[in-house]
Amino acid sequence: MTATAERPATTIFRRPSSTKGLWSWITTVDHKRIGIMYGYAAFSFFIIGGLEALLLRIQLSQANGEFLTAGAYNALFTMHGTTMIFLFVMPASSALMNYLLPLLIGARDVAFPRLNALSWWIFFFGAIFLYSTFIFGTSMAPVGVDGIGGVDGNLAPGGGPGSFNFLADSPDGGWFGYQPNAGPLYSPGTAMDYWALGLQIIGLASLVSSVNFLVTVLNLRAKGMRLLRMPVFAWMTMITSFLLLFSLPIIAVALFMVTFDRQFGSLFFAANAGGDPILWQHLFWLFGHPEVYILILPAMGIVSEILPTFSRKPLFGYSAVVFAGAAIAFLGFGVWAHHMFASGITPVAQAAFGLATMTIAIPTGIKIFNWLGTMWMGRIRLHTPMLFAIGFVAMFTIGGLSGVTHAVVPSDWQQTDTYYIVAHFHYVIFGGAVFGLFGGLYYWFPKITGRLMNERLGKVHFWLMLLGFNLTFGPMHWLGLQGMVRRTWKYAPETGLEPWNLAVTVGAFIIALSIFIFMINWFTSRRRGRESGLDPWDARTIEWMAPNPTPEYNFAVPPVVTSLDHFWHLKYQEDVEGRAVRVADADEIVANIEHEQLNPSSPIHLPNPSYFPFFFALGLPLMFYGVIYHRTPWGKALILVGLVISLAAIIGWAMEPLEEPHGGDGEPADHELDDRVELIASSAEGGGGPEGRRAAPGGETESGDD
Amino acid sequence: MTELTHEASLEHAHPEHEGTGVENRKLGMWLFLSSEFLFFGALISNYLLYSNRAGFPGVYPSEIYDIPFTSVSSFVLLMSSLTMVLAHNAQTRQDVNGTRTWLFATAALGSIFLGGQVFEFTEFIVNFDMKLSTNPAASAFYVLTGFHGTHVAIGVIMLLSLWGISRRRGGLSDRQGLNLELVGLYWHFVDIIWIVIFTVVYLLSVPPV
Ligand code: HEM
Ligand SMILES: [Cu+2]
Repeated sequence: MTATAERPATTIFRRPSSTKGLWSWITTVDHKRIGIMYGYAAFSFFIIGGLEALLLRIQLSQANGEFLTAGAYNALFTMHGTTMIFLFVMPASSALMNYLLPLLIGARDVAFPRLNALSWWIFFFGAIFLYSTFIFGTSMAPVGVDGIGGVDGNLAPGGGPGSFNFLADSPDGGWFGYQPNAGPLYSPGTAMDYWALGLQIIGLASLVSSVNFLVTVLNLRAKGMRLLRMPVFAWMTMITSFLLLFSLPIIAVALFMVTFDRQFGSLFFAANAGGDPILWQHLFWLFGHPEVYILILPAMGIVSEILPTFSRKPLFGYSAVVFAGAAIAFLGFGVWAHHMFASGITPVAQAAFGLATMTIAIPTGIKIFNWLGTMWMGRIRLHTPMLFAIGFVAMFTIGGLSGVTHAVVPSDWQQTDTYYIVAHFHYVIFGGAVFGLFGGLYYWFPKITGRLMNERLGKVHFWLMLLGFNLTFGPMHWLGLQGMVRRTWKYAPETGLEPWNLAVTVGAFIIALSIFIFMINWFTSRRRGRESGLDPWDARTIEWMAPNPTPEYNFAVPPVVTSLDHFWHLKYQEDVEGRAVRVADADEIVANIEHEQLNPSSPIHLPNPSYFPFFFALGLPLMFYGVIYHRTPWGKALILVGLVISLAAIIGWAMEPLEEPHGGDGEPADHELDDRVELIASSAEGGGGPEGRRAAPGGETESGDD
Repeated sequence: MTELTHEASLEHAHPEHEGTGVENRKLGMWLFLSSEFLFFGALISNYLLYSNRAGFPGVYPSEIYDIPFTSVSSFVLLMSSLTMVLAHNAQTRQDVNGTRTWLFATAALGSIFLGGQVFEFTEFIVNFDMKLSTNPAASAFYVLTGFHGTHVAIGVIMLLSLWGISRRRGGLSDRQGLNLELVGLYWHFVDIIWIVIFTVVYLLSVPPV
């Protein structure tokens, strides 16, 4: 039995073949296009989450603000946090990992291209599902429950039965949905169901991509690319994937328990019936702390690529940086209860978790010193990516230091649930992850577009963002220490908190301005930026040996790697005094490799596009809408419809021919791939040689097609 | 699981990769199962937390377990791992009939186990009035064993699909043979989880006094 026998005679299962237009994006399995879609989606949610934050800040800019109701305030901070973590930073990291991982390790794509498309579409539909709460969700005050509902302003209704309040009718239990507050008793209405099930869908997307990335890193590295020759970003992608793999199942269980409590009457977290709210906290933070490393490790990887390139030195202590990353991830599973010091866990547990938390500062410190060591005595070039990388190191260090202060239990009792905590996690997530991500965008923009972003606008963006960021989150330290509680929607004028709050709000708008400048830069540079050529930054790693913008097949000839920073070592050699001397030009190197190793008779095989990931993913939100409304007949019907769509897609997926029949080549050589892109052959025939092909970037991918 | 099968793996495209030597899809399956271990780990911990807290209203699951009955159904599931191995073995020997028979036997044993679970749930609900909403221990019991049962059911569907393909096409290709191996890995995993559940949840948990 061979693949031939598995190819159905019908044409229903023909694989799609468009390369332009909407369908090509819906059916693409190209890791780069998937990365781009992730990127735009993540950035859109960054804007949405940012607008939510601005609304919050307008409310707090003065004492006794009247801009938002308490219900709307609760809803907005919940959706802001949920959005920034799950719909912005995670998918933005995913965007860069998708785009770059195969390039960094010298592969043509990820191990399972269709699964990769599946992850993206699951994420996409999950995000839409979550956000549809603004339209369909309801959030009601727990009127009459223990006599507290509706009386106290803090529990004022969002919408209330029958009413429609766009802002307030959304999840309002905080991004960590503490129980029983977010349970059926105290959060009736459907908004928290949208939250729990939306995160469930989005988590599934990350789980699928973590498996995919791990297999890719473990099995698809270019020849000679031993694990300890991988770029640090590839390492951090791998470590992040392990974190996802082991932490997502825990939050999945916890979210299922909430859903069962809310929809089917189980009593996991029903405090009035013996359920244990602290169990939720354990499960949530057992996921939640690894999650913060899921947010930061990719950015650490990005920065570890940028700093050496712009310091013109190898990364100081490469293996220490890698192992520190692994150690952080490992320790990260043993510190979750530092989020629960005020929850009444035993003193022994508090001491143990406090100490464990402090040990994390050790590998973190190792990384920071290695980054400093990389810059030390380097010939530093302050291009925009480098500015963001340096900004990352500085801001992240501040956040790490305040982190250590709340690892000290008695000190944390003062800090927890105050603005001091808000300052801490924004310094690590915004000052860390987000600065790192922006650095990565500026750095790899040429790989995506073949052009450079405007340096001047980039620098304006950086300095404004740095200023705005510190004005926003710096004062939160002292606001918190003065006792301003977190998640408060009003404060009295007598507290004296007003001046700094006003400063914070001004800072927030400065950040918004800087993001606006970034967007102008992005969209103008995409079309009109200076052409980057092959190696605009004089880079060290092999992704820069592929043309810019990256063609569909990534590398004409996948590199054979002989050292860490392989590309650099092809370009430079040491002279007698140990100085790096340029021995070859980047274009020459690549042209030579292609000239010597290009084999026109063996076409490049790329996976075919597919409809099925899209449709499989489409079924999930339908099913989950059905779960929310399962008491109604149409709710039950929706579950069924979603199930049918997803099952049909699975069957289609399984029946899909692994390749389209292709003329001439009778032997389906490797069973799974087609030779849709016969660029090598065509370029060789065209007589242009490798140089000729690179001279016409972009267009030829389509031209070689069907 | 089906997501992991039939994937257009790039491995064969250029075999000169650095890698683990484990086939992509098999490695993917192992990784996925390692995640599943934590999924069930969390569910089992929930159960252990609640199963012997005193003072809940209504019956505790541990008061009404029918150990002889569950022992039998556990034995049935255990035997299905044996038939799974036999199916895989037959496939490697290119024994089409053997493969088909043992695949079917595995699916059948899995279904018997599921039937037992349906019977058990009905019994608990109807005769002992222990529902999902009776108390947190009952909630934890139903959600844990329910998720395990769902995993068994998905396994049965995959086994029957392989069986159906083998019947229609007169055997399984090498590629499908790998799928059989993957389903086997999954099936053994589900069995191992059940051994843990049976031991920890059924045999070792005692009702609070
Ligand atoms: C040296 C490293 C770090 C230490 C010692 C540390 C320590 C802590 C501690 C003890 C808390 C709990 C405070 C409380 O609620 O009372 C906390 C909260 C938090 N940390 Fe960190 N942290 C570190 C790094 C990070 C990183 C890298 C991130 C994310 C990228 C992060 C994100 C957060 C978040 C989001 C919270 C707030 C959670 C909430 O909403 O309650 N931390 N950190
Ligand atoms: Cu933490």
